[in-house]
Amino acid sequence: MDIHDAHVYLLRFLNELSTQFQRVPGSAIFLRYVKASYQNDPVRSAVELFLLLFFVRYLLAPKYSTQKQNYVQLSDEEIDELVDDWTPEPLVAPQTAFEEAENEKHPVIVGPTGPKSKLANGRTVMNLASYNFYNFLANEMLKEKAIQTLRTYGVGPCGPPGFYGTQDVHVKTEADIAAFLGAPACIIYAQAFSTISSVIPAFSKRGDIIIADKAVNYAIRKGIQISRSAVRWYEHNDIEDLERVLIKTTKEQARKPLTRRFIVTEGIFENVGDIVDLPKIVRDKFTIELKLRYKFRLILDETWSFGVLGRSGRGVTEQQNVDAAEVDFLVGSLAGPLCAGGGFCAGSDEIVEHQRISASAYTYSAALPAMLATTASETLGMLQSNPDILTQLRENTKAMRAQLDPRSDWVVCASAVENPIMLLVLKPEVVASRGLSAEEHDRLLQDVVDETLANGVLITRTKRMPQPLHAGPKEIGWQLQPALKVCITTGLSRKEIEKAGITIRHAITRIMTRKR
Amino acid sequence: MPRPTNPFASSASPSSSTPPLPVKNEKGSSRRQSASKANKITQFFSTSPKSKNQDSSASATFALLAAAQQQALVSPSPQISSASLSLPTISLSTATADNSTMDTPPTTLFQPPSPAEARRIAKQHAQFGPLGHQSHRYVSKCVDDNFPEPVMDEPPYYYLLTTYISYLILIIFGHVRDFFGKRFREENYRHLKARNGYAPLNSDFDNFYVRRLKMRINDCFSRPVTGVPGRYITLIDRRSDDHNLHFQLTGTTTETLNMSSYNYLGFAQSEGPCADAVEEVVRKYGMSTCSPRGDVGTTDLHVEVEELIARFVGKPSAMVFSMGFSTNATAFPALMGKGCLIISDELNHASIRFGARLSGAMIEMFKHNDMNDLERLLREVISQGQPRTHRPWRKILVVVEGLYSMEGTMCNLPGILALKKKYKFSLFVDEAHSIGALGPNGRGVCNYFGVDPAEVDILMGTLTKSFGANGGYIAGDKAVIDKLRVTNAGTVYAESPTPPVLMQISTALRIITGEVAPGQGEERLQRLAFNSRYLRLGLKRLGFIVYGHDDSPIIPLLLYNPAKMPAFSHEMLRRKISVVVVGYPATPLVSSRARFCVSAAHTKDDLDRLLVACDEIGSVLQLKFSSGVAGGAEPLSSNDGGRNGANIAPRPPRWSLSDVLKTGVQDVKSPLR
Ligand SMILES: Cc1ncc(COP(=O)(O)O)c(C=O)c1O
Repeated sequence: MDIHDAHVYLLRFLNELSTQFQRVPGSAIFLRYVKASYQNDPVRSAVELFLLLFFVRYLLAPKYSTQKQNYVQLSDEEIDELVDDWTPEPLVAPQTAFEEAENEKHPVIVGPTGPKSKLANGRTVMNLASYNFYNFLANEMLKEKAIQTLRTYGVGPCGPPGFYGTQDVHVKTEADIAAFLGAPACIIYAQAFSTISSVIPAFSKRGDIIIADKAVNYAIRKGIQISRSAVRWYEHNDIEDLERVLIKTTKEQARKPLTRRFIVTEGIFENVGDIVDLPKIVRDKFTIELKLRYKFRLILDETWSFGVLGRSGRGVTEQQNVDAAEVDFLVGSLAGPLCAGGGFCAGSDEIVEHQRISASAYTYSAALPAMLATTASETLGMLQSNPDILTQLRENTKAMRAQLDPRSDWVVCASAVENPIMLLVLKPEVVASRGLSAEEHDRLLQDVVDETLANGVLITRTKRMPQPLHAGPKEIGWQLQPALKVCITTGLSRKEIEKAGITIRHAITRIMTRKR
Repeated sequence: MPRPTNPFASSASPSSSTPPLPVKNEKGSSRRQSASKANKITQFFSTSPKSKNQDSSASATFALLAAAQQQALVSPSPQISSASLSLPTISLSTATADNSTMDTPPTTLFQPPSPAEARRIAKQHAQFGPLGHQSHRYVSKCVDDNFPEPVMDEPPYYYLLTTYISYLILIIFGHVRDFFGKRFREENYRHLKARNGYAPLNSDFDNFYVRRLKMRINDCFSRPVTGVPGRYITLIDRRSDDHNLHFQLTGTTTETLNMSSYNYLGFAQSEGPCADAVEEVVRKYGMSTCSPRGDVGTTDLHVEVEELIARFVGKPSAMVFSMGFSTNATAFPALMGKGCLIISDELNHASIRFGARLSGAMIEMFKHNDMNDLERLLREVISQGQPRTHRPWRKILVVVEGLYSMEGTMCNLPGILALKKKYKFSLFVDEAHSIGALGPNGRGVCNYFGVDPAEVDILMGTLTKSFGANGGYIAGDKAVIDKLRVTNAGTVYAESPTPPVLMQISTALRIITGEVAPGQGEERLQRLAFNSRYLRLGLKRLGFIVYGHDDSPIIPLLLYNPAKMPAFSHEMLRRKISVVVVGYPATPLVSSRARFCVSAAHTKDDLDRLLVACDEIGSVLQLKFSSGVAGGAEPLSSNDGGRNGANIAPRPPRWSLSDVLKTGVQDVKSPLR
């Protein structure tokens, strides 16, 4: 009986359902479609049904995001309690004793910076720490020009280049730099340090590939980091290793869609002081033509070589006889030896124009003060018209080197002969025999700096690259060897340079031989 | 002549007369007998009764203004008429100097200025306009205990719809042009395709916006200029024969009213105390220090400027950098790292995002200025802890801007500080636009809200804007700044700020605080506050939709339709006014806008000129579509009492220009409606 009742009920229900179904507009078409497809291909119907079920299940499934995978549901009281319990760390860690001492001893120059500078303690010392290589700082003509600019433009341009911050002087300075280098176009940034960090991410994006020298400077590293590109490192200035990495990368990428690829290196390496072998990378017909063969674009940071290398200071390209147009991105500084401010990137029109709308430090920052732009133009002109000062600088550098490199028992000069920023590092055997920790190493060099200053010569030392806070040991990567930094200038005579060299050498010896 | 009572003892009253003062640093500032037409107008306004029905007088003012406007169109710089030459210049004199004028025999006989003198004054006024009337001042200060959220007005749906359709059409057109272009003009697309084995530098997709949308209005951006970006700015005329792909200079220049530079306090000047001090420092120090701060790039000037800034913002310690952008870019990595959380307002500046990304900390965003959303987020992140591990966060840093440069909104500092007490996060305020521009003493948002700066952990700001210099600063507790000095990449590597820039900063700061040229700083601050409110009120009453808070010197005027951006910019340029227009991607897709940056260098007449221009252009371009919810309503009659008296549905404000100009000066002094 029961079964019968159920049967009747079911039939009635199905009947009802089918009439209801037929009332739905389009149901006939649907039925016909199902029938037709079933006759022709039952498998297909099954697949479609499966898909439909899957679709429904997908729609009904709870939403989750990958980020909140293990989200814990908490009540308001629990949240309040957690909020009360949470104690943040202080915003900054306390200073270490070494940092405190560094802050305290930090030299403050009173009055103008020059070959001889007066310090806050009243003493006048020989300044071998500023990048005032040609002593343009003291040039009266430059000051007059700057004042003229001041009297027509004021100081700041009060706006980013896109919004009425592009002044005619900027356009002129850009043209001057481009002409000086023999590059098609140029763009100037308001700060040298930010230039390369913005140039790299303006072009290299996620999925692109950057191959960089292991010893590149901090600004380049930050640029690479922000670009989110895949980065491969090659051994410092090792062209064979570069080729190995290039081949490996090219192989890996062979099947994948073509992405942008860049080689990033420096002209003079800020951290090591030596010079890149540019022809090997860009052009040497007899060896490898790396860049061209493997279709990489070259980003060359000439921050430390522009205004220094070559007959008239055009940089590595001039020194090594490479056409600047073969370097896709040539980045340099106007703030160092040129005694002005800002940085630049020279390259093709396409490269420069793209930066004007997509390099963050250009687009979202105020333009360079007009005074600094005109000063850069003027000093460039002076380098061109008077290349003798470069020769003089090299003479002075040589004179200093002669006092230090072979003569000192403790240090060697790691930087190239032409580099007026001499980096003096402790000989490897000295470091090894003393088993210096990183901090002891720094402290030792700081003691040398202090001792040298006590004897009337101002020098500095290289600082370790700031590390990401709370980083694991894996993230530290390449480390520079701490060095003393001696910057040569033509503002001092050869005699004075030699005298300073002796002072430095003796100071090093005194510190290294003192009883500990 | 009776001296009118002068509430600002040190500033010149229009009727006082002073022979040129032989005070150092105040190169030839002189004031003469004044009876200028412009002055009459302003006096006329300020004394005219509030009633709206004085048609005759209204039309008279209108005629006068129209004449002035006409003149403005004809001569590039209307202030160079001989009548306005005798306007009082900015008060460069000290209070004592002003008093001394009482005994010195005044040059009562009117002497027409020599042509050289006239040129000099014209140049001076082109950089910084003279104060028209003492009533054109206001003190920038939060008057409401309950910080009001700005009301966001919306245009009728018609405009939103047409905006979307416009973009649709632009995009379709772009694709059609690309389709044919790629086939028939292949050379134009070559740089977007792989060439001899190199991937294109620009992806076709990313470049579409630039190529097909921005290119159309490229002539509104990056206009080259020359000279001082002061009250007026001189544009170098250019023209394009290939649809904005290349520009040729025509060899002429146009002097325009500058509504675009971040010259809030008018320190962009090539003369006056700042420029004189800078000249002196260039002679003494040269142009640079040629070294990063961490090496030997610190001079006595740096130390002095840092002390001045610290004192100015009310923090124990401060440090300066040579670029505002990199101040942010290097500050965050030095403060935050793995296991830390940065909570950032969604509209924060690119430099903050840049720095935050470099730091390696987690980044979360909250809705612009929305305290409820911030609280929700805080509760969530603190209770959940770090993702996956659920470990508690090491520290949380909330980052906001004092004044948002595209919105004109201020951060809700009191609201954030209330949350800070409960949720114990650290607070970083980027005062790039607010320092100098807000607060009764120009000391930024803390000053504006009357908040103790000690409650904010880090005050960052730029020196590019209000101070007419370059660079940025960070101020905080001594321990924090001392630590940053040794760990911050900006000090270790970046070039140190140059002596001329530092001198500009320190002189500007001293003027603001009244140490140099007393009275002038106060005048600048108060004129900026007045100008900001005056222009904002005027625009609201005319029926425009403007965003932001009432005291903000940044006034975005909403255009919506993309085609109105170039139209607005061109029409303004035709009237010799330079404005900034911004659209997607700097703003949301629909809300393209024009942005006015008000300056203390502007006079009320300048703003009237702008209002006249906006009124005309707004009618032609159909820009007056405010609904009235965001202000611009009729003033309450006196017996209505209180701001809350009006509960009636807002009526769309569409004031006539003459009414706007007539009552503006008094009405900005009371809360804007
Ligand atoms: C909020 C904010 N921070 C930082 C900056 C960058 O400052 P600067 O132009 O000095 O590099 C800006 C400038 O546009 C800004 O608006």
